[in-house]
Amino acid sequence: MRIPCPLCGPRDRREFYYYGADDYLRRPEEGAPPEAWDAYLHLRDNPAGVTRDLWHHEMGCSAWLVVTRNTVTHEVISVRLASEKEAAK
Amino acid sequence: MAELIALSATEGLLPLTHGALTLAGAAPDRITSVQPFKGKEAAVTKALKAAHGLGFPAPGRALAKGDARILWTGRGQAFLLNADPAPLAGLAALTDQTDAWATLRLTGPAADQALARLVPVDLRPAAFGAGSAIRTGLNHMMAVIARVDDGFDIMVFRSMAATAIHELETVMKSLAARG
Repeated sequence: MRIPCPLCGPRDRREFYYYGADDYLRRPEEGAPPEAWDAYLHLRDNPAGVTRDLWHHEMGCSAWLVVTRNTVTHEVISVRLASEKEAAK
Repeated sequence: MAELIALSATEGLLPLTHGALTLAGAAPDRITSVQPFKGKEAAVTKALKAAHGLGFPAPGRALAKGDARILWTGRGQAFLLNADPAPLAGLAALTDQTDAWATLRLTGPAADQALARLVPVDLRPAAFGAGSAIRTGLNHMMAVIARVDDGFDIMVFRSMAATAIHELETVMKSLAARG
Protein backbone atom coordinates (compact mmCIF):
# COMPACT_ATOMS: atom_id res chain seq x y z
CA MET A 1 0.00 0.00 0.00
CA ARG A 2 1.20 3.50 -0.85
CA ILE A 3 -0.05 6.73 0.66
CA PRO A 4 0.34 9.94 -1.36
CA CYS A 5 1.58 12.38 1.28
CA PRO A 6 0.53 15.95 0.32
CA LEU A 7 4.08 17.14 1.10
CA CYS A 8 6.34 14.21 0.18
CA GLY A 9 4.44 12.55 -2.66
CA PRO A 10 3.61 8.82 -2.86
CA ARG A 11 5.41 6.88 -0.15
CA ASP A 12 5.54 3.31 1.03
CA ARG A 13 3.26 2.25 3.86
CA ARG A 14 6.27 1.42 6.09
CA GLU A 15 6.95 5.17 6.52
CA PHE A 16 3.56 5.73 8.18
CA TYR A 17 2.12 5.07 11.61
CA TYR A 18 -1.60 4.28 11.90
CA TYR A 19 -3.46 6.07 14.67
CA GLY A 20 -7.17 5.34 14.25
CA ALA A 21 -10.47 6.78 13.05
CA ASP A 22 -10.68 10.49 12.25
CA ASP A 23 -13.22 10.76 15.10
CA TYR A 24 -10.24 11.95 17.14
CA LEU A 25 -10.38 15.25 15.23
CA ARG A 26 -13.89 15.97 16.61
CA ARG A 27 -13.34 16.31 20.34
CA PRO A 28 -16.55 17.14 22.25
CA GLU A 29 -16.92 20.68 23.64
CA GLU A 30 -16.41 21.31 27.32
CA GLY A 31 -19.59 20.31 29.22
CA ALA A 32 -20.70 17.88 26.52
CA PRO A 33 -22.92 15.02 27.80
CA PRO A 34 -21.25 11.74 28.84
CA GLU A 35 -22.74 10.04 25.76
CA ALA A 36 -20.70 12.35 23.52
CA TRP A 37 -17.49 11.46 25.38
CA ASP A 38 -18.40 7.77 25.27
CA ALA A 39 -18.84 8.01 21.50
CA TYR A 40 -15.62 10.02 21.09
CA LEU A 41 -13.52 7.61 23.10
CA HIS A 42 -15.02 4.19 22.48
CA LEU A 43 -17.58 3.89 19.67
CA ARG A 44 -16.06 3.11 16.30
CA ASP A 45 -17.53 2.05 12.98
CA ASN A 46 -15.90 -0.89 11.24
CA PRO A 47 -16.99 -0.32 7.65
CA ALA A 48 -16.43 -2.64 4.71
CA GLY A 49 -15.89 0.19 2.26
CA VAL A 50 -14.91 3.84 2.57
CA THR A 51 -13.34 4.90 5.86
CA ARG A 52 -11.38 7.90 7.08
CA ASP A 53 -8.53 7.63 9.51
CA LEU A 54 -5.43 9.35 10.85
CA TRP A 55 -1.91 8.44 9.83
CA HIS A 56 1.37 9.95 10.94
CA HIS A 57 4.18 10.26 8.40
CA GLU A 58 6.73 9.40 11.05
CA MET A 59 9.60 8.32 8.77
CA GLY A 60 8.98 11.31 6.52
CA CYS A 61 7.80 14.87 7.01
CA SER A 62 6.18 14.21 10.45
CA ALA A 63 2.80 15.54 9.31
CA TRP A 64 -0.50 14.09 10.54
CA LEU A 65 -2.66 13.03 7.61
CA VAL A 66 -6.37 12.37 7.17
CA VAL A 67 -6.60 9.46 4.76
CA THR A 68 -9.86 8.46 3.04
CA ARG A 69 -9.56 4.91 1.78
CA ASN A 70 -11.57 1.87 0.88
CA THR A 71 -11.06 -1.15 3.13
CA VAL A 72 -12.41 -3.52 0.48
CA THR A 73 -10.45 -2.43 -2.59
CA HIS A 74 -7.50 -0.83 -0.71
CA GLU A 75 -7.93 2.25 -2.90
CA VAL A 76 -6.64 5.44 -1.28
CA ILE A 77 -9.21 8.06 -2.27
CA SER A 78 -7.81 11.24 -0.75
CA VAL A 79 -5.14 12.45 1.65
CA ARG A 80 -5.05 15.85 3.36
CA LEU A 81 -3.00 17.44 6.11
CA ALA A 82 -4.81 17.21 9.46
CA SER A 83 -3.65 20.80 10.08
CA GLU A 84 -6.00 22.06 7.35
CA LYS A 85 -9.14 23.48 8.91
CA GLU A 86 -11.50 21.60 6.58
CA ALA A 87 -9.87 18.26 7.39
CA ALA A 88 -12.02 17.72 10.49
CA LYS A 89 -15.30 18.03 8.58
CA MET B 1 41.04 25.01 30.53
CA ALA B 2 41.48 21.51 29.14
CA GLU B 3 42.03 21.22 25.41
CA LEU B 4 39.27 18.93 24.19
CA ILE B 5 39.62 16.90 21.01
CA ALA B 6 36.65 17.18 18.67
CA LEU B 7 35.74 13.85 17.04
CA SER B 8 33.17 13.49 14.28
CA ALA B 9 30.51 10.78 14.63
CA THR B 10 32.21 8.80 11.88
CA GLU B 11 35.76 9.04 13.29
CA GLY B 12 37.68 5.82 12.68
CA LEU B 13 34.84 4.27 10.64
CA LEU B 14 35.19 6.11 7.33
CA PRO B 15 36.11 6.39 4.50
CA LEU B 16 35.26 3.03 2.95
CA THR B 17 35.54 1.95 -0.68
CA HIS B 18 34.04 -1.19 -2.21
CA GLY B 19 33.94 -1.57 -5.98
CA ALA B 20 33.00 1.76 -7.53
CA LEU B 21 31.31 3.12 -4.40
CA THR B 22 32.87 5.28 -1.71
CA LEU B 23 31.36 6.19 1.63
CA ALA B 24 32.94 9.13 3.46
CA GLY B 25 32.15 11.50 6.29
CA ALA B 26 30.78 14.87 5.15
CA ALA B 27 29.86 16.68 8.36
CA PRO B 28 28.90 20.33 7.77
CA ASP B 29 30.54 22.92 10.03
CA ARG B 30 27.18 23.99 11.34
CA ILE B 31 23.61 22.65 11.23
CA THR B 32 20.68 24.75 12.42
CA SER B 33 17.06 23.61 12.38
CA VAL B 34 14.84 26.45 11.09
CA GLN B 35 11.11 26.26 11.85
CA PRO B 36 9.35 29.46 10.72
CA PHE B 37 6.82 30.87 13.17
CA LYS B 38 3.20 30.99 12.01
CA GLY B 39 2.75 33.67 9.35
CA LYS B 40 6.50 34.38 9.15
CA GLU B 41 7.28 32.07 6.21
CA ALA B 42 7.68 34.95 3.73
CA ALA B 43 9.83 36.95 6.16
CA VAL B 44 12.08 33.92 6.71
CA THR B 45 12.58 33.50 2.96
CA LYS B 46 13.37 37.21 2.63
CA ALA B 47 15.89 37.12 5.48
CA LEU B 48 17.57 33.99 4.10
CA LYS B 49 17.79 35.63 0.68
CA ALA B 50 19.32 38.82 2.05
CA ALA B 51 21.81 37.11 4.38
CA HIS B 52 22.87 34.02 2.43
CA GLY B 53 21.32 34.17 -1.05
CA LEU B 54 19.04 31.27 -0.10
CA GLY B 55 15.30 30.94 0.57
CA PHE B 56 13.07 28.55 2.50
CA PRO B 57 12.97 25.40 0.35
CA ALA B 58 9.77 23.82 -0.98
CA PRO B 59 9.00 20.26 0.21
CA GLY B 60 11.58 17.83 -1.18
CA ARG B 61 13.98 20.59 -2.29
CA ALA B 62 17.34 22.04 -1.29
CA LEU B 63 19.01 25.35 -2.12
CA ALA B 64 22.71 26.17 -2.17
CA LYS B 65 24.85 29.27 -2.54
CA GLY B 66 28.58 28.74 -2.12
CA ASP B 67 29.11 26.68 1.03
CA ALA B 68 25.75 27.66 2.52
CA ARG B 69 22.92 25.18 1.95
CA ILE B 70 19.40 24.74 3.18
CA LEU B 71 17.59 21.37 3.04
CA TRP B 72 13.88 20.79 3.49
CA THR B 73 13.56 18.26 6.34
CA GLY B 74 9.88 18.05 7.19
CA ARG B 75 6.62 19.91 7.58
CA GLY B 76 7.56 23.51 8.40
CA GLN B 77 11.21 22.64 8.98
CA ALA B 78 14.52 23.02 7.12
CA PHE B 79 18.18 22.55 8.05
CA LEU B 80 20.49 25.49 7.39
CA LEU B 81 24.03 24.21 6.78
CA ASN B 82 27.31 26.12 7.01
CA ALA B 83 25.60 29.48 7.57
CA ASP B 84 24.91 31.85 10.44
CA PRO B 85 21.23 31.65 11.53
CA ALA B 86 21.37 34.95 13.46
CA PRO B 87 19.45 36.95 10.77
CA LEU B 88 16.43 34.67 11.38
CA ALA B 89 16.14 35.47 15.09
CA GLY B 90 12.53 36.29 15.98
CA LEU B 91 11.20 34.88 12.70
CA ALA B 92 11.74 31.16 13.25
CA ALA B 93 12.49 28.65 15.98
CA LEU B 94 16.25 28.02 15.64
CA THR B 95 17.98 25.01 17.15
CA ASP B 96 21.67 24.17 16.88
CA GLN B 97 21.82 20.56 15.61
CA THR B 98 25.47 20.48 14.57
CA ASP B 99 26.42 17.59 16.86
CA ALA B 100 23.10 15.76 16.58
CA TRP B 101 23.61 14.31 13.12
CA ALA B 102 26.11 12.09 11.36
CA THR B 103 26.48 13.03 7.70
CA LEU B 104 27.69 10.40 5.25
CA ARG B 105 28.44 10.93 1.58
CA LEU B 106 27.94 7.99 -0.78
CA THR B 107 29.51 8.53 -4.19
CA GLY B 108 29.97 6.45 -7.29
CA PRO B 109 28.11 5.65 -10.50
CA ALA B 110 25.74 3.12 -8.88
CA ALA B 111 25.06 5.04 -5.68
CA ASP B 112 21.32 5.15 -6.46
CA GLN B 113 21.26 1.36 -6.92
CA ALA B 114 22.91 0.91 -3.53
CA LEU B 115 20.38 3.13 -1.79
CA ALA B 116 17.53 1.40 -3.61
CA ARG B 117 18.20 -1.58 -1.33
CA LEU B 118 17.61 0.47 1.82
CA VAL B 119 15.36 3.41 0.91
CA PRO B 120 11.73 2.98 -0.26
CA VAL B 121 11.88 6.04 -2.53
CA ASP B 122 13.00 6.34 -6.18
CA LEU B 123 16.40 8.07 -6.00
CA ARG B 124 17.37 7.68 -9.67
CA PRO B 125 18.44 10.94 -11.36
CA ALA B 126 15.20 11.28 -13.32
CA ALA B 127 13.11 11.26 -10.13
CA PHE B 128 15.64 12.71 -7.67
CA GLY B 129 17.79 15.19 -9.53
CA ALA B 130 19.95 18.14 -8.50
CA GLY B 131 18.44 20.18 -5.68
CA SER B 132 16.44 17.30 -4.18
CA ALA B 133 16.31 16.65 -0.42
CA ILE B 134 13.87 14.39 1.37
CA ARG B 135 13.15 12.86 4.69
CA THR B 136 12.66 9.11 4.57
CA GLY B 137 13.82 5.86 6.13
CA LEU B 138 17.25 4.28 5.62
CA ASN B 139 16.10 0.77 6.46
CA HIS B 140 14.74 1.35 9.99
CA MET B 141 16.52 4.65 10.59
CA MET B 142 15.03 8.09 10.10
CA ALA B 143 17.24 9.88 7.58
CA VAL B 144 17.59 13.03 5.51
CA ILE B 145 18.84 12.29 2.00
CA ALA B 146 20.05 15.01 -0.37
CA ARG B 147 21.43 14.81 -3.90
CA VAL B 148 24.97 16.15 -4.30
CA ASP B 149 26.98 16.39 -7.52
CA ASP B 150 28.39 12.88 -7.58
CA GLY B 151 26.11 11.03 -5.18
CA PHE B 152 24.11 11.52 -1.99
CA ASP B 153 24.46 13.08 1.43
CA ILE B 154 22.79 10.89 4.04
CA MET B 155 22.12 12.35 7.48
CA VAL B 156 21.15 10.07 10.36
CA PHE B 157 20.91 10.64 14.10
CA ARG B 158 24.45 10.73 15.50
CA SER B 159 23.84 7.69 17.71
CA MET B 160 22.95 5.72 14.57
CA ALA B 161 26.21 6.47 12.74
CA ALA B 162 27.82 3.03 13.18
CA THR B 163 24.56 1.22 12.32
CA ALA B 164 24.06 3.31 9.17
CA ILE B 165 27.65 2.71 8.09
CA HIS B 166 27.24 -1.04 8.68
CA GLU B 167 24.03 -1.16 6.61
CA LEU B 168 25.59 0.82 3.78
CA GLU B 169 28.81 -1.18 3.80
CA THR B 170 26.85 -4.44 3.55
CA VAL B 171 25.10 -3.11 0.45
CA MET B 172 28.32 -1.76 -1.06
CA LYS B 173 30.04 -5.13 -0.58
CA SER B 174 27.20 -7.09 -2.12
CA LEU B 175 27.07 -4.78 -5.15
CA ALA B 176 30.85 -5.01 -5.53
CA ALA B 177 30.67 -8.82 -5.36
CA ARG B 178 28.35 -8.82 -8.36
CA GLY B 179 31.15 -7.15 -10.33
